[in-house]
Amino acid sequence: MNTLLAQSINLFAVVLLVLAFAMIAQRRILTLIHLFTLQGAALAVATLIVGYLTGQHHLYFSAALTFVLKVILIPILLHRVIQRLNVRWDVETLFNIPTTMLIGIVLVIFAFNLAAPIAGLSTSIARGTLGIALACVLLSFLMMIVRAKAVPQVIGFLSMENGLFFAATAATSGMPMIVELGIAFDVLVGILILGVFMFQIREQFDSLDIRHLEKLKED
Amino acid sequence: MSIVGLFAQLLAILLALALAPLLTGWVNQWRAWLQGRRAPGLLQPYRVLHKLFNKESVVAEHATPIFRVAPYIMFGCMALACGIAPTLSTDLPLAPAADAIALVGLFALARVFISLAAMDIGTSFGTLGARREMLIGFLAEPALLMVLFSASLITRSTSLAMIVETLAHQPFAIYPSLAVAGVAFTMVSLAENARVPVDNPTTHLELTMIHEALILEYSGRHLALVEWAASLKLFAYSCIGLALFVPWGVAEAGTPVAILFAIPMLVVKLAVGGVLLALIETINAKMRLFRVPEFLATAFLLAVIALLVHVLLGA
Amino acid sequence: MDPLLLVLAFPLLGGVLLALWGDRERAGDLNAAMSLLTLAASVWLTAIVVRDGPLTVWGEWFFVDPLNVFLVTLTAFVGFTTSLFSRPYMRIERDHGKMTPGRMRLFHSMYQLFNGMMLVALTTNNLGILWVAMEAATLTTVLLVSVYRTPASLEAAWKYFILCGVGIAQALFGTILLYLAAERAIGGGDGALLWTHLAQSKHLLDPEILSLAFVFLLLGYGTKVGLVPVHNWLPDAHAEGPTPISAVLSGLLLNVALYAVLRCKVLADGALANGLPGRMMIGFGLVTVVVAAFFLLRQRDVKRMFAYSSIEHMGLMTFAFGLGGPIANFAGLLHMTVHALVKSAIFFAVGHAAQKAGSQAMEDIRGLLKVSPTVGWGLMLGSLAILGMPPFGVFASEFLILTTAMREAPWATPFLLVALGVAFAAIFGRVQPMVFGETSLRPLAHPPALLPVFVHLGLALMLGLYIPPYLDGWYRQAALMIGG
Repeated sequence: MNTLLAQSINLFAVVLLVLAFAMIAQRRILTLIHLFTLQGAALAVATLIVGYLTGQHHLYFSAALTFVLKVILIPILLHRVIQRLNVRWDVETLFNIPTTMLIGIVLVIFAFNLAAPIAGLSTSIARGTLGIALACVLLSFLMMIVRAKAVPQVIGFLSMENGLFFAATAATSGMPMIVELGIAFDVLVGILILGVFMFQIREQFDSLDIRHLEKLKED
Repeated sequence: MSIVGLFAQLLAILLALALAPLLTGWVNQWRAWLQGRRAPGLLQPYRVLHKLFNKESVVAEHATPIFRVAPYIMFGCMALACGIAPTLSTDLPLAPAADAIALVGLFALARVFISLAAMDIGTSFGTLGARREMLIGFLAEPALLMVLFSASLITRSTSLAMIVETLAHQPFAIYPSLAVAGVAFTMVSLAENARVPVDNPTTHLELTMIHEALILEYSGRHLALVEWAASLKLFAYSCIGLALFVPWGVAEAGTPVAILFAIPMLVVKLAVGGVLLALIETINAKMRLFRVPEFLATAFLLAVIALLVHVLLGA
Repeated sequence: MDPLLLVLAFPLLGGVLLALWGDRERAGDLNAAMSLLTLAASVWLTAIVVRDGPLTVWGEWFFVDPLNVFLVTLTAFVGFTTSLFSRPYMRIERDHGKMTPGRMRLFHSMYQLFNGMMLVALTTNNLGILWVAMEAATLTTVLLVSVYRTPASLEAAWKYFILCGVGIAQALFGTILLYLAAERAIGGGDGALLWTHLAQSKHLLDPEILSLAFVFLLLGYGTKVGLVPVHNWLPDAHAEGPTPISAVLSGLLLNVALYAVLRCKVLADGALANGLPGRMMIGFGLVTVVVAAFFLLRQRDVKRMFAYSSIEHMGLMTFAFGLGGPIANFAGLLHMTVHALVKSAIFFAVGHAAQKAGSQAMEDIRGLLKVSPTVGWGLMLGSLAILGMPPFGVFASEFLILTTAMREAPWATPFLLVALGVAFAAIFGRVQPMVFGETSLRPLAHPPALLPVFVHLGLALMLGLYIPPYLDGWYRQAALMIGG
């Protein structure tokens, strides 16, 4: 039973990775939020399993934290924001998805290579997934680069945080509780500020397109 | 080569020939039910085949022999593919002759001939269909190969029989790479078998059709063979999918009794798979043709991820 | 009563208090008073550290040693003078209609919280909390940068948030890797991220993990330091935010980020015998200095220009710390101090100059000496100081850095000299007509608070001529701590 559970951590890691790819390719903002919620749920379950297998009970707490924050609170906030901004059904035109995907694959290979020697040194049961966590972080990074709208960019930011959180769980069975709480608090405050920002940007530019935010550059 | 093996091989091919139209009928029936329509009978494909075989085959005046030969080649390829796929037993005399890569080659051969035949008459629809078919083929084939490779990596063999034997007869383990590969394989199968998100097998809408455009000029026994081959293709893909991702119940070498259990097992698995296929076709809308490359690129990408994940995790 | 508690409590308390107080009469005074209390507490703390040496408090959650106590004092000092400067400055901004009562409340409250977060980041012993405090400091300044709600300021704040968010996420990954290495070396749990524990057993940390961790930490915190190529947020945030914020960003936040890099470098140096962290910092620092110097030439906005100057100087410090050794580290610390003092003084002067001209474009600012001689002299002297003219302290530190570079990395010296020359030409050529020249501008409604400008410049001058012995000893100790 325990070996199956340990293997299922790998499965959830791969689910996280595939969801990160799906987010890059997803055009609809609403679906993007659903994908993010799913990713949060996968992360929470993976954390729970690691906690059960290693007997690190503080991981139960951080799984609960992830669940409340990433599956309930932030998605609700995002849903309200897109409702109020009336961008619920927005479809973004994306530049050349296959090319972006290929870059994503390159990033994954890079991340796996980078993490491989280190994963061998970790004693955590989920050490193999450190590469996947790093890949998730880099993919979210890529998503933030290619997206031109504010909401997807924010979701990219949050999903990067998911990747980091998973890295902490995978490599080290979780950071000290106080640090995790601090990180969660920062993320929550950050998302609130970004939410306020979106309304202000909309007010100033009549659009949530980040391309309007390109006036400040070197000429 | 054992007598039992020979028997199992023959049985597998005969079973495929017999069951393939039934599977098509089953999927069509469920699709109709799920979409709230009255379903055609389960045996409708047999009736269609019967009708077509009894009809005269009309061939265009300028058709070259390729046009006449293509249905036979296609049918042969598909029947052979069903023989290679370990549906009932892993002790197959044909298996050493052809591994997973050869299987992809068989599908490619059939594709090339049916496309050539479609262009042979020189109608605009045939050419259009051939072009679309080749587009899908050239995107789907690498993805299919990648899926097969990630299974091969786990079992260290490209022989389908070996893969099934290794996967089915070891303690159960979760392979994340196979899970991802399974999704990729499903996507490729949908595209290859002209199923809904990519093509709609039941319409003749000229703007979107792919499979139907290819075979527009066929009639009579030629058309029957082509339709039968299409059923066989669906059957072969289903069997490969089942063999790779749900390999339990396939008989091991030297266990003749197990073959008897393998048959009902196969039927049950196919029945469930057919319902799932109908479900997928019902909840998805057909996508625009321009989106198809993206769809298949995603399948390829998933297959590559599966491969990479296997390299990283060793599972 | 613990002085450290007071150092951290005053700004946090001030943040809450000012949020409640709102935009009543004397909010600016209250702001300055809270900063003064923080400064007093930090002076007390310094006195204790000077007397008793390094100390850890509250179950090792916080610790103070010569390296961070000097930055705590500097932060509290510049925080105080900036609050003095912002009192009339923000009043004028409100008269100009740029600030509403609500925004004034936000400004004062966030200003205190920002100071508090920097002080937490400086004094915490836990590298995870360091990250959390850095991110929190970013969040508070994001609100401050966008306080005018103009399209340009929103754009700057968005960029700032996203770029720094991404950057600091890399630092978090580095911290996770560090924790992984620590878990292997000294066991997991709460103690594994405490810097004092890590520093004791730094040679036990796995070199392979540490080298990767340092790459991520340098890139991550380097984003906040403003290292090229991850510096893009910095000029925008400096140019579009209110001037007091530009002053504390340049003078303090960048230092805190560099402090975080230094703490990590000590650990990485201990684990790796090959000097890779130093070489990486030399490389990043040199590229930053050169690129920033050439960008200086193209600026038209005065605050943007001095923002690039900050990037250049942060690059120089990174370079110096990369060289390592007692002299270069000493020079880097000295440069940190004088740059913080001089750059904030310049921003004070520039802020009033821009208010007078009603524009930040340099071609609109002319003849400051005629309208307001103090602002004019402040800007002129400040620019001379930042350009490394003797006898100001910047000259001393740059001289030390250059001479060490000639010995340790001779190949780098020509690049540094060219960059400093280009920076001189760019800044001096533009400041000169702003200070001298003809004008038709009118004086300001409220008398500007220029005392901080001259206090800062006076201190920088003093540090150029004479470093008091206790300060000298203090720098030496700190320089030793970061691998002298």
